[in-house]
Amino acid sequence: MSAFPSRITPTSSGFAENRADMLRLVDELRALEARAEALSEKRRPRFEERGQLTPRERLAHLLDPGMPFLELHSLANYLVDDPDPATSVPGASLITGIGFVAGARCMVWVDDSGIRAGAGTGGSLHKSLSILDLAMRQKLPLIHLVESAGANLMAYRVEGWARGGGLFYGLARLSAAGIPTIAVLHGPSTAGGAYMPGLSDYVVGIRNNGMAALGGAALVHAATGEVADEEELGGAAMHATISGLVEHLADDDAQGLAMAREVVARLDWNAGCSRPAPRSFEEPAHDPDELAGVVPIDYRKPYDVREVVARIVDGSEIGDFKPRYGVSTVCLHGSIYGHACGILGNNGPIDPNGATKATQFLQLCEQADLPVVFLNNTTGYMVGTEYEQAGMIKHGSKMIQTVSNLKVPKLTLYIGASFGAGNYGMCGLAYQPDFLFAWPNALTGVMGGEQAARTMSHVARVAAKRKGVDPDAAALEEQERRLVAHFGRQETAFYTSGRNLDHGVIDPRDTRKVLAFALETCWEARHRTVKPNSFGIARM
Amino acid sequence: MSRSTPERIDPILVANRGEISVRILRTVRALGYRSVAVFSDADRHAPHVELADEAVRLGPAPARESYLSIERLLEAARATGARSVHPGYGFLAENAAFARACAGAGLVFIGPSAEAIETMGDKGEAKRRMLAAGVPCVPGFHEPGASDEVLLAAAEEVGFPLMVKAAAGGGGRGMRRVERAADVQPAITVARSEALGAFGSEELILERAIRRPRHVEIQVLADAHGHVIHLGERDCSVQRRHQKVIEESPCPVMTRTGGPELRERMGEAAVAAAKSIGYVNAGTVEFLLDEAGEFWFLEVNTRLQVEHPVTEMVTGLDLVALQIAIAEGRPLELRQEDMLFDGHAIEARLYAEDPARGFLPASGRIACWREAQLEGLRIDAGVASGQHVSADYDPLLAKVIAWGRDREQARRRLVDGLAGTALFGVASNRGFLIECLEHDTFVAGEATTAFLEETRIGEPAAGLELDHDRDLSVAGAVLVFLAARDTAHARSLIVSPQLLDWGSSGLPRVRQRYRFAAGEAHLSVLALGRDRYQVDGRVDGEDVASEVEVLGRSAPDAELRIDGRRRRVLHHVEHEHRVHVSLGARTATFENLAASVEAVGEAQGGGRVVAPMHGTVVEVYVAPGDEVSIGMRIATVEAMKMQHELLAEVDGVVAEIAVEDGQQVAAGDLIAVIEDHA
Repeated sequence: MSAFPSRITPTSSGFAENRADMLRLVDELRALEARAEALSEKRRPRFEERGQLTPRERLAHLLDPGMPFLELHSLANYLVDDPDPATSVPGASLITGIGFVAGARCMVWVDDSGIRAGAGTGGSLHKSLSILDLAMRQKLPLIHLVESAGANLMAYRVEGWARGGGLFYGLARLSAAGIPTIAVLHGPSTAGGAYMPGLSDYVVGIRNNGMAALGGAALVHAATGEVADEEELGGAAMHATISGLVEHLADDDAQGLAMAREVVARLDWNAGCSRPAPRSFEEPAHDPDELAGVVPIDYRKPYDVREVVARIVDGSEIGDFKPRYGVSTVCLHGSIYGHACGILGNNGPIDPNGATKATQFLQLCEQADLPVVFLNNTTGYMVGTEYEQAGMIKHGSKMIQTVSNLKVPKLTLYIGASFGAGNYGMCGLAYQPDFLFAWPNALTGVMGGEQAARTMSHVARVAAKRKGVDPDAAALEEQERRLVAHFGRQETAFYTSGRNLDHGVIDPRDTRKVLAFALETCWEARHRTVKPNSFGIARM
Repeated sequence: MSRSTPERIDPILVANRGEISVRILRTVRALGYRSVAVFSDADRHAPHVELADEAVRLGPAPARESYLSIERLLEAARATGARSVHPGYGFLAENAAFARACAGAGLVFIGPSAEAIETMGDKGEAKRRMLAAGVPCVPGFHEPGASDEVLLAAAEEVGFPLMVKAAAGGGGRGMRRVERAADVQPAITVARSEALGAFGSEELILERAIRRPRHVEIQVLADAHGHVIHLGERDCSVQRRHQKVIEESPCPVMTRTGGPELRERMGEAAVAAAKSIGYVNAGTVEFLLDEAGEFWFLEVNTRLQVEHPVTEMVTGLDLVALQIAIAEGRPLELRQEDMLFDGHAIEARLYAEDPARGFLPASGRIACWREAQLEGLRIDAGVASGQHVSADYDPLLAKVIAWGRDREQARRRLVDGLAGTALFGVASNRGFLIECLEHDTFVAGEATTAFLEETRIGEPAAGLELDHDRDLSVAGAVLVFLAARDTAHARSLIVSPQLLDWGSSGLPRVRQRYRFAAGEAHLSVLALGRDRYQVDGRVDGEDVASEVEVLGRSAPDAELRIDGRRRRVLHHVEHEHRVHVSLGARTATFENLAASVEAVGEAQGGGRVVAPMHGTVVEVYVAPGDEVSIGMRIATVEAMKMQHELLAEVDGVVAEIAVEDGQQVAAGDLIAVIEDHA
C-alpha cells in the first residue's frame, strides 16, 4: 500500500483561509476552557489559606506526570445556566477525563471547588452520569476528588434530585462490576454528596478540611436544633477513627493524593492482563497538523473526506472499499497507531447505494472485529421520488440497525455537518458510540436552519394558496429569520457540547491522538477481565 | 641469579585492595602471570577479587584483621603457592617487617629491601644519609630521641616558619606548621600524639618551612645490578592538608626556560640519593621546589606511588611491569639517555569524601559508577556499581588521568573526563576536583602547595555552592518528571509513546517540591510537547523560568537543551520520585517531596490511642506532659486473657490520659491523646 496522493496544497490560499477560520474556532475553544480555569484560579488564596491544593493542582498530583490525559466534557453547561456566550462558564464545575494513576488507566473526576465552592450546575449531573457510564463501559477505576457545596438549593429542580440518585446507583454498579471506586475527601461532601464517599470502595480523608455528613451543621440546626461541631459531625479524623467511613487519613491534600495513588498501585490493576507487544507504525505521510486547513468550516463547500483520513491514519495508507459504488459514502480501511480500523466518511448525502455499501462495510468490520470510526459530514439521507422509490427508507434503516447493533468499538467524530437521520446512521449520540467528539466547526441538528426555514415557508405558502390568500411575505421573512436563528443557535459544536451531547470538542490537529487514545482505551477494556460480585463492596 | 634465568616469581599475590590492586592485577595478567587477590569481608565482591585468578579471604573488614595482618597474608601466599608479593601502596607497602617476613617465608617482595624501607622510613636517618650523599636538604633538626626541650631549642636555630613532623610519618599525619616560637610546644604535643597513633612512634623532626613551594618528585628505577635511572618528575603541589589531590607530569616549571636543566639536576640528585642507599626497584624521591628554582630533599617513598600513572602516560612505560622485571632479577635495559617524555599528563584523585561536610570520608552503596570514555583518558578504579564503600579503608575510589599533547589539552580532557564520569550514591570530591582544575591559577600552571589554602576552593567560606545551580535544578526537575513518567508508562498496559506528554486540552502543571542539601526548592514542570517542558519556580530565592528539550536519554547519560543551550548531564534514577543528577562540577539529589506518602498518623488513630477491644486497662505507662515517640508503649489492655500493648503511632507529647489502671474499657474508648510538639 502506498500513501494517499493528496490534492491539497498547504501553501494555497484556500488552505490558508480554512486554517485561519479553523484556528480561530480552536482559539475560542481554548479561551472558553481558560475561562473556567481562570475563575477557579481566583480562589487560590482561599485554598492556600486552608493549606489546600487547588483543584487543578490536585489533578496534577493525582495523575502520572507526562502520561496522556483525555479531558471529557470540558464545555459542559456552556450556555445552559447562563445563555450569554460572553460570560457563560463551561465545565459544570467539574474536571473530568481519562488519565493514568500509578500506570492504571482511570476515570478521574475532580470537583472544581474554585467555582462557587463546587456547587452543582445545570450540567453537572449529566456530565457525571456520562463519565460513570464511560467508566463502566471501558472498565476504568473511578477516582473522585470530592469538595462540593452540594446541590444549589436556590436553583433546586425536582428532576435534578430524582435523577441525581443515578450517581450513587452508578457507583454501586461499578463496585459490583468489579471496577474499584476511590474517593478523596478534600472538603465538604454533605447531604446527597455524603454518599459519594459512602458508596466508594476506598476513601481517603484529609484532616481538618475533609468533611462528610448527611446534614451539615446548618441543616442539623434547622432540623433538630442541635448545635453541632462540623469536625465532630463529619470531620475526616472522626470518620477515620469513629464512624469508619474513611480508610486512610491524610494530613494534607498532597499526602492524601499520594495515598490515593498508593491505593491504585496496590490494586495491581494491570496484573491480570497480558501486555501487548508494542505496535510499530508510521506517522502519516501528510502532516496531521494540516487537518486545520483541509476542511472548509462552511459545510456546504465540498471536499474529499479521504484528505482528512490521509492525515489521521498510519502512513496515510488508505484501503478504499467499493470506491466506484455509492460514491458519496466513503468506506475505508486504515490503521491508527497500529490499530486496524474501518472508517466511514461522507462526501455528501447518503443515497441508497451509499447506505447499502455502508451497511455491508459495517458488517464486515464486525466480522473482522475492526473498530469503526465515523467521520460525520452529511446533510442526511437523500430525499426525492427517485430515492424513495429506490428504497432509501429501508436501506437507511438497515444501516441504522447495523450501527445500533455493532459490538466493535465505535468512535464518532463530528467533523462538519451531521444532520437528520444521517446523524443516526453515522453513529450519533443516541447510538452510544464508545467515544464521541466534535471539531469546533461541527454543526448538528435535525436539519440546517435555512432548510428548516424554507420548508416552513413553503408549507405556509401552500396553506395560503389553499385558502386562496396571498402569503404575507414580510411575516414569512420574519419567520425564516427567526427559524434560522433558532436552529443556528442550537447547532454549533460549543452549544451541543455544553449540553453534553458529545464527550467534548477537540482541536482537529489532535484527531489522530484522540482516536489513538480512544482505541487504546477500548482495546484495554476488551482485553480486561474484571471480577464482578453480586452487591458491590460494603463498607463495614 | 643470571640474565638468562630470571627468578620465577609467579603466582604473584597482590597484598592490597581497591584501584591499585586492580591496576597491578591488570599488568600481572597482561604479562601472562598467575595472580592471587586477597580480600576482607567488606570486599567480597570488589572488582579486584573478580579480576584475579584466585582470591583468598583474609578476615573481617577492619584492616588490622585483614590487609594489615602479615600473618594472614603469608598464610594466603602459602595456601595459593604464591612465589611473590606486590604490596601496592599504603597498608604494608612501606613496612620493613612485612618485607622481611616475606623474605623469611621464601617470597619475593616486589619492592626495595627491608633495609632500604627502614632507612627511608626514618625521616631523620633519611636526611642524614642524603646530606652525606650531597643531596640538598631543607635546614632542620633530626636527632633521634629528642625531647620537647631539645626540640624547642632547636626550633630557634632552624628558623620560622617551620614544620614539626613525625619522623616515621607520611601523608600529612603528625605534621604541623608553626609560624612563631610560642606555638612550637603545642604543635609538638599534637604531632607526638598523632604520630604515636598513626605510626606507633612519637619521634619528631623539625624542618624549615619553605614559602609557597611546589612539591616535585622524581620517579627512579633501580635494578639489582646497580643500574639506576630516573623517569622525570611529577608535580604534586595541589594538596589538601598535605594530601595530594592533583598530580601532573611534567611539572609546568620544566617546560619553561631552564626547565630541562632543572629536571636534569633534580634527576641526578634523585639518582644519587637512590644509589647512596643501594636502592633497588621503583622509588620516588620527593623535593620541595621554591620560586627561585632551588630544591630540597623531602623524603623517599619506597613504593609504587598513587600518582605513578602520570609518569606512565608521558613515558609510555608500565611501572608495575618494570617492578616485576626488577624483582625477577632482570637487568633494566632502559638507559637514561633513551628516556623520552611525550606530552603532558594530569591525574585527579576521586575520593569518597564530602566537601560539604568538611571533606569527611563518605560511605554507602555506589548506586552508579560509569567511567567516561574519552580519547587520552585513563581511569584506574577499584569500584563498581552496587559496591559498598566502607569507612574501614582509604576513601580513594579511582584516579582519573588524562593525557594531552600539551598541558592545556590534558587539563581539558581531565575536566571532561571527570564531568563525564558518573558516580552516584556516595558523596565525592568530583566537583571539587573540577573546580581546582578550572581555577585560573591552576590553568596558568602556577599552583604551589599553598594553592588550596589561598584559593579556599571547596570550603563553604569560598561562597561556592557545590550543591546546585540553576541549570542543574532545571535538569533535575525534568529528570524527576521523566522518572515518574517512565515508571508509569512501564506499568501501563498499552500507551503508545507518541501519546506521552499530551493531553487533549493540555496537561496540568506538575508542581514539585525538592529537597536539596541547601534547603528546598519549588519547581513546576509543564509539558509543551513530547519531551519538551517549561520549568518554572524558585530555587534559593531566585526565579527560574526555562524551556527544556530532552534530546536523548540513556542512563546515566542525558542530553538536554536548556534555554537553547545543549547540556550533557549524568543521572541515576533511584526510584520514581528520586533522581541523582550531575552537571559539570555539580551533583545533587532531587526528590519530589510532594509525591511521597510519608504517612504521619495514619487512619488507625494518629494521636488518639483507643482501646482495640473490650477489656481491662492493666497499666498506663505514660503521664500527661510526657514526650513519646512512635512505637513507645502507652498502655496495656487485657482482654480474653491476652495482653495487648498499645503503642504510640505518632511522635509528640501526651496531652491527656483518659483511663486509670484497672479500669474497664469498651472497644474504641479513648485511652490517651498525643499531640504534636507545639
